[in-house]
Amino acid sequence: MATQCSDLTGLPDADGHFGPYGGRFVAETLMGPLEELRQAYETFCADPGFQRELDQDLAHFVGRPSPLYHAERWSRQLGGAQIYLKREDLNHTGAHKVNNTVGQALLARRMGKKRVIAETGAGQHGVATATVAARFGMQCVVYMGAEDIQRQAINVYRMRLLGAEVVAVESGSRTLKDALNEAMRDWVTNVDDTFYIIGTVAGPHPYPAMVRDFQAIIGREARAQMLEQVGRLPDALIACVGGGSNAIGLFYPFIDDKDVAMYGVEGGGEGIDSGRHAAPLCAGRPGVLHGNRTYLMEDADGQIIETHSVSAGLDYPGVGPEHAWLKDCGRAQYVAVTDEQALDAFHELTRCEGIMPALESSHALAYARQLAPTLDKDRILLVNLSGRGDKDIHTVAALEGIEV
Amino acid sequence: MSRIASRFDSLRASGRTALIPYITAGDPQPDVTVPLMHALVEAGADLLELGVPFSDPMADGPVIQAACERALKHHVSLRQVLEMVKAFRATDGDTPVILMGYLNPVEVMGYEAFAAAAREAGVDGLLTVDLPPEEGCELVAALKSQHIDPIFLAAPTSSDERIRLMANNGGGFLYYVSFKGVTGANRLDVQAVKEKLDQIRANTDLPVGVGFGIRDAQSAAQVAGVADAVVVGSALVNRIAELADEPERIPAEAPRVIAEMRAAMDAG
Repeated sequence: MATQCSDLTGLPDADGHFGPYGGRFVAETLMGPLEELRQAYETFCADPGFQRELDQDLAHFVGRPSPLYHAERWSRQLGGAQIYLKREDLNHTGAHKVNNTVGQALLARRMGKKRVIAETGAGQHGVATATVAARFGMQCVVYMGAEDIQRQAINVYRMRLLGAEVVAVESGSRTLKDALNEAMRDWVTNVDDTFYIIGTVAGPHPYPAMVRDFQAIIGREARAQMLEQVGRLPDALIACVGGGSNAIGLFYPFIDDKDVAMYGVEGGGEGIDSGRHAAPLCAGRPGVLHGNRTYLMEDADGQIIETHSVSAGLDYPGVGPEHAWLKDCGRAQYVAVTDEQALDAFHELTRCEGIMPALESSHALAYARQLAPTLDKDRILLVNLSGRGDKDIHTVAALEGIEV
Repeated sequence: MSRIASRFDSLRASGRTALIPYITAGDPQPDVTVPLMHALVEAGADLLELGVPFSDPMADGPVIQAACERALKHHVSLRQVLEMVKAFRATDGDTPVILMGYLNPVEVMGYEAFAAAAREAGVDGLLTVDLPPEEGCELVAALKSQHIDPIFLAAPTSSDERIRLMANNGGGFLYYVSFKGVTGANRLDVQAVKEKLDQIRANTDLPVGVGFGIRDAQSAAQVAGVADAVVVGSALVNRIAELADEPERIPAEAPRVIAEMRAAMDAG
């Protein structure tokens, strides 16, 4: 095991494996198209023209680089380590998701696909997909669990304004995992003209590697900004983990920096002991779902169980396979914070720094809030502020009994 | 010789095409399944495909998704499905039974433990929708050590190379998915199926079954003209769904769909 863990940046292998995780567990119909996608992705990655186009879009459409912000007042209040925030909330559409959808849409265009589909939970990935589809004039269908459509009405309307068709998924638990099932069913049916833009670092190979590569801009920028602003690397990275795309985007460029600790924060819901949570890395076990082998929330019979998190974006029973391997290798630590702790952090950052974080990102902040006071003042924590909280104000208000 | 191989041999000798109905185990409730299996054999089934319910049936259309949900309301597990096969075997030692489902329940039980338990129960083949041969080496070895046939699904997008890969790793028969899509969709094109079957047969001697989209006696007869086996799922499961509130009627009435197909296939 130890030797296999030695080259963590060189993964996945040719068949998409991160140790025992990842791979391609899909219906045969998709095996050819996935191989075609892998080849197209490899070809365009090596094409300077494609990279130039991507860089241009990230600069002028997304608004990169995103700032690295020293949350001085909050750090002082916590009385320990200095907290720096990577401001992915300032991207166009308000979260890190667009880094990936811009990349995949450019790829779809080069592959001649006129129709894109996506799954979404909180709606951020759906909005980011609808946005790039509008810009490139592509037909766009977004699958969303009927339950999530209720919880995220504003994002549903945003997607429709952008010209996307939002399809309510009524099967299973009517949340993100079922939306992913339905998007896969669409893809297997319309695979000739359709590009499936997966929103996280899960799914069959090459998606976990491809989405990571598109999100790794977060870590590359943050690493350079740290060196420029502080003159050294941070002591630890902290990011929330649902599927894990913002976390892997931050972690990946730091994997070989052995002195930089990494903490992935899962949705602890009502607490791990309650069983009502969304923390497969903390409390699940390996299995196969949605095209890859990874840690899952499942029962003794191998059925996938419903997850619970105040944050719709973390409400997913699986996690990207690279996180599963980073956990087993001990390179990253995975922890969970509860809904309540995340909400406290949401309020605290809003009041103390004038930055309203997404409930997903509030989980990372909540862990920083626990860790910072245990460390000296010259220590540095880098937190990925993956999205802004505007989309969550109805959820927060409802929890506090306020009608907005 | 395995039960599946000898069944195909005797069908070939009598010039008939196999009819393979699919039902989801435990749909709409567990006590229906074994009597229904026997009734399907009575109605003319040559092999039986028994679905293992799964919470996330990604390759299935709405009809079989709903069947999984009905079965899972009763918490039907893989172990219970094996118990059902065992009960069926008590009075039917000849009809091959193939389990069809998704990998995770098998993965959780453990490949070796599953293969041993499946053999003991009298299972003849396993078809895992989300397990391509590249990822299947360990499971295939475990199954073969217990003389259970791993059955792979070929698709319209499968290359010659992939068809050979599946044929070389698999056994029993090769299942051809008749179109790009999910189970139960209305997209069957018999001419396109025939052309693909010619390509498949150029690459393997395994019998080839065709499934997805066979809805009625007419389409069953058409496909029987080109395939070694006709697999019928959603059309039968739909009938079971209609009778879900009166489950005692299911064993007597649902298999009529299969009897009609059998008659049309044999007439053709």
